[in-house]
Amino acid sequence: MAVEQMRKISICALKKHRKTVLERLQELGWVEICLEPEETEAFPRTDTAGARNAFQKRMHLADQALEILDRYAPEKKPMLHSLEGKPLLEGSIYDHVAVNRSEYSRTANTLIQLDQELQTQRTNVQKMKLQIEEMQPWMKLDVPMIRPGTKRCDFFVGTLPAPYTEKEVRSFLSEENETLSLYTIQILSAARDGTYLAVICMKEETKELECALRNHGFARPSQLLDQPPEEKRKQLEQRIRDAKESIAGLEKQIRELQGEREHLRLMSDYYRVRTEKYEVLGQLPQTRAAFALAGYVPAKVAGPLAAELTERFAASVDVERIPEEEQSPVLLHNNTFARSGEGVLASFGLPKKDELDPTGIMTVFYVFLFGLMLSDAAYGAIISSACGAAILKFPRMEESLKKSLQLFFWCGLSTLFWGIMFGGYFGDALDVIAKTFFGVSLPEGQSVIPALWFVPLNDPMRLLMYSLLFGCIHLFTGLGIKGYLCIKNKDFMAFLCDVVFWFLLILGLLLILIPSSMFASMFGLEVTFPAFVHVLAKGMAIGGALGILLFAGRRRKNQWGIRLALGAYDLYNITGWLSDLLSYSRLLALGLATGVIASVVNQMGSMMGRSIPGILLFAVVFLVGHTFNLAINLLGAYVHTCRLQYVEFFGKFYEGGGKEFTPFRSNTKYVDIKGGK
Amino acid sequence: MNGLVWALSGAIVAAALAGCGSAYGVGMAGQAASGVVTEDPSKFAKVLLLQLLPGTQGIYGLLVAFVTLSRIGILGGGGNDIALTTGLLILAACLPTGIVGLISGIYQGKTAAASIGIVAKKPDQFAKAMLFPAMVETYAILALLVTVLCLFSIPV
Repeated sequence: MAVEQMRKISICALKKHRKTVLERLQELGWVEICLEPEETEAFPRTDTAGARNAFQKRMHLADQALEILDRYAPEKKPMLHSLEGKPLLEGSIYDHVAVNRSEYSRTANTLIQLDQELQTQRTNVQKMKLQIEEMQPWMKLDVPMIRPGTKRCDFFVGTLPAPYTEKEVRSFLSEENETLSLYTIQILSAARDGTYLAVICMKEETKELECALRNHGFARPSQLLDQPPEEKRKQLEQRIRDAKESIAGLEKQIRELQGEREHLRLMSDYYRVRTEKYEVLGQLPQTRAAFALAGYVPAKVAGPLAAELTERFAASVDVERIPEEEQSPVLLHNNTFARSGEGVLASFGLPKKDELDPTGIMTVFYVFLFGLMLSDAAYGAIISSACGAAILKFPRMEESLKKSLQLFFWCGLSTLFWGIMFGGYFGDALDVIAKTFFGVSLPEGQSVIPALWFVPLNDPMRLLMYSLLFGCIHLFTGLGIKGYLCIKNKDFMAFLCDVVFWFLLILGLLLILIPSSMFASMFGLEVTFPAFVHVLAKGMAIGGALGILLFAGRRRKNQWGIRLALGAYDLYNITGWLSDLLSYSRLLALGLATGVIASVVNQMGSMMGRSIPGILLFAVVFLVGHTFNLAINLLGAYVHTCRLQYVEFFGKFYEGGGKEFTPFRSNTKYVDIKGGK
Repeated sequence: MNGLVWALSGAIVAAALAGCGSAYGVGMAGQAASGVVTEDPSKFAKVLLLQLLPGTQGIYGLLVAFVTLSRIGILGGGGNDIALTTGLLILAACLPTGIVGLISGIYQGKTAAASIGIVAKKPDQFAKAMLFPAMVETYAILALLVTVLCLFSIPV
C-alpha cells in the first residue's frame, strides 16, 4: 500500500557514449525520460527523423510479411493462447538481430513480392473468368467476329436489346425496308437481356440493313474477338488453369517460409525498439562533445543506476529529491494480494501527490463485497479454480491480465465463503436433486446442506440490515482515511471539521435511530441501549451538526452570514450520506438475484421428474442455465463492486489524477526481452 | 379466486415491462456495438459487455415473476385461492420492477451506446465507460429491492 518513492536523475556524458547509454537505459526500463519540448540554440539536436523513418519502414515491412504468413499459413494456436503471453528472449535484442537483420529484411521482401505476384495472378484469373462469362452468348459463332466478308458479301455480328426469333427479325426488317432481301441471319442466342446475332448480306445492302437493324436497337459489340469464341474460351480456360497452378505454387513458396516467422517477429521488434531509441536520441540536448538527459527514476534503483553509469560511461549523474511543487509520475508498489486491485484503482485514477495509495484497503473491500453480491459457493469455487489454474499454467501472461485474474481468484474465494454462509450451491440445486431424483422429502425451509449463517431468501430484511452495516463500515473507513491524510498534512482544523464532526453526526444519528420503533418494525429487531447512550447519541448528533454549521464555511473568516449559509449547505450533505448508505442495498438485491435465478434454472430442469429424459433435461438445463447465470451475475458483481468503490468509497477521500510512470524501455510486440538486469 | 388474476397480472407486468425495457436497451447498445466492431473487430469482447449491461432489467423482471408465481402457487400447478386484496397487493408490489425496469432499461441502453463510443475512441478508459450505464441500473436495483421486500412481506 504505497507509492514508490521517485527521484529526479540528471545524466551528462560524452557524446560518443550516447547510443550505448540509451541502449542500457532502454534495456533496464527504470527511467522515465523528460524531454524538453523546444530546441534551444545553445544545445542543437541531432536530426534523427531520416533514420527513424527508415526503421519504421522496416518495422512495417516485417509486420506486413507476418500478416502475409498469417494469411497463407495460419499458426495453429491453442484455445487459451491469448493467456500465454509473449515468448522470452534472453539477452539484448540488439545482439540477436543486428547480425542477421539484412537477411531478415530480404526474407520479408521476398514474402511481400510473392504476395504481390499472387495478387496479380488472382486478378488475372478473375478477369479471364469475366471474359468467358461475357463470351457465353457468342458461343454458337464458329468464325472470328472480325472476319472480313468475301468479295460480294459482308459479315458482321451484334446484339438487339430484346429477345427475338429469326422470323421476327425478318418480319421487322421487311417492314422497315421492303427492298432488303439478300441477307441471312443467324440467331446465336436469345435471352431476356437481348438477342445475339450474326448477319451475312450483300455489300451494297449492308448500310440499309444495318440502319434498319439499328432502328430496333442493334449495336455492334464493343470488343471483337479475333478467334472463334469456342477456341478463345478453351485458350482462356487453359490460361486460368496455368494461373491457378502458379498461385498454388506461390502459396506453397509462402508456406515454405513460415519457419521464418520467429525471425520476422524479432526483426519487427528490433526496429520498433530502435525507432523508439532514435526518437529519444533526436530530442536530447547536446553540445559538440557531450549530451544531457533528465528523468525520473524509482528511488530504490537510483543508486545502483548512478554507480553503473558513472563506472561504465564515465558519466556525471545527479540524483536529487523531487521538488515540492512538482508532480512526479506514480508507480504503485503493493504486496501480492493488494497488487491484484491495482487495475481497478488505475482505471479510476492513480493517486496524486500527497494522496495515499488506497489499493490495499480497497482490494480488501472489493473482495469482500464482490463475494457478498455473487454469494454462491459453487460459482465461487468455479471462478477461483479457473483463475488459479490459468495463473499457474501460464506464468508469463501479460501483467495487467494477471492482476485481474488474481483479483478474481480472491473474489472467487470470497464468493465461496459467502456461499457457504448463505447455503447457496448452484442456488438450491442440491435440494432439488435430492427431492426430484432421490425422493428425499425435506420439510419446508430445510436444506441438505443448511446455511452456516442464514438463508437470505427466507429473511431478506436481515441481510438488508447487514448490507447497510457493511456499507457503514466501508464509508467510515473512507472517512477515516481522509482523517489520517488531514493529520499527516498537519491540517488539524480540516480533520476536526470535515472528519470528526461528520463522524459524530452520523454515528449519533445511527445511535438515535437503532433503538427507535421504526427500526424495530423494519428489521424485527428491538435494541435497547442504556439511558446514557441515548443522551450521548443526542449529544454527538447535535454537537456534530453544530460543528458543521459553524465551521464548514470557516474560510470566510468574518462574513458570518455567508459562513453560516455555507455551513447549512454543507449540513445538507446528510442526504448524500443517506443515499450513499442506501446504495449498499444492492448487496442484497444482487445476492438475491443470483440465488433466485439459480433456483429458476433448477426448477425448470427438474420439470420432467425422475426419469431418463428427466435426468437428461436436467443436465442440459443445469449446464446452460448456470453458465448463463454465472456470466451475467459475474458481470453485475464486477460492475457494482467497482461502483461502490469509485462512487461511495472514493467519494469520501480520494481524487486520483496522478500521472502513470512510463519508463523508457523496450516496448516490444512479439517477444519479451530478459535483459541483463 | 379473483385475487389470483390480479397477482398473475402483477407477475406478467413485471416480466413484460422490464423485458421490453431491456430489449430496447440491449438493441440500442447492440447497434452502436456493431458499428464499433465493423471498424475494429478486436473490441468485440469489450463492447459486448457494455451491450449486456441494460439486459439486467429483463432478468430482474423474470426474477420477480418467478418469485410471484411461486408465492401464489402457480408454479406447483393449480394455484392457491387468493383473496382480492392480496392479489391487488401483489400487483402493486410488482409495479416498481416493471415500470422502472422499462424506463431505466431504455435509458441505460442509451448510456451504454454512448459508453461504447468511449471504448471506440479510448479503449483504455473501459472501466469508466462501464460505470455510466451502471449508475442508471442503480434505480432498477432499488425498484427490484422494493418489489422483493413487498412480495416477501405480503402474507398469502
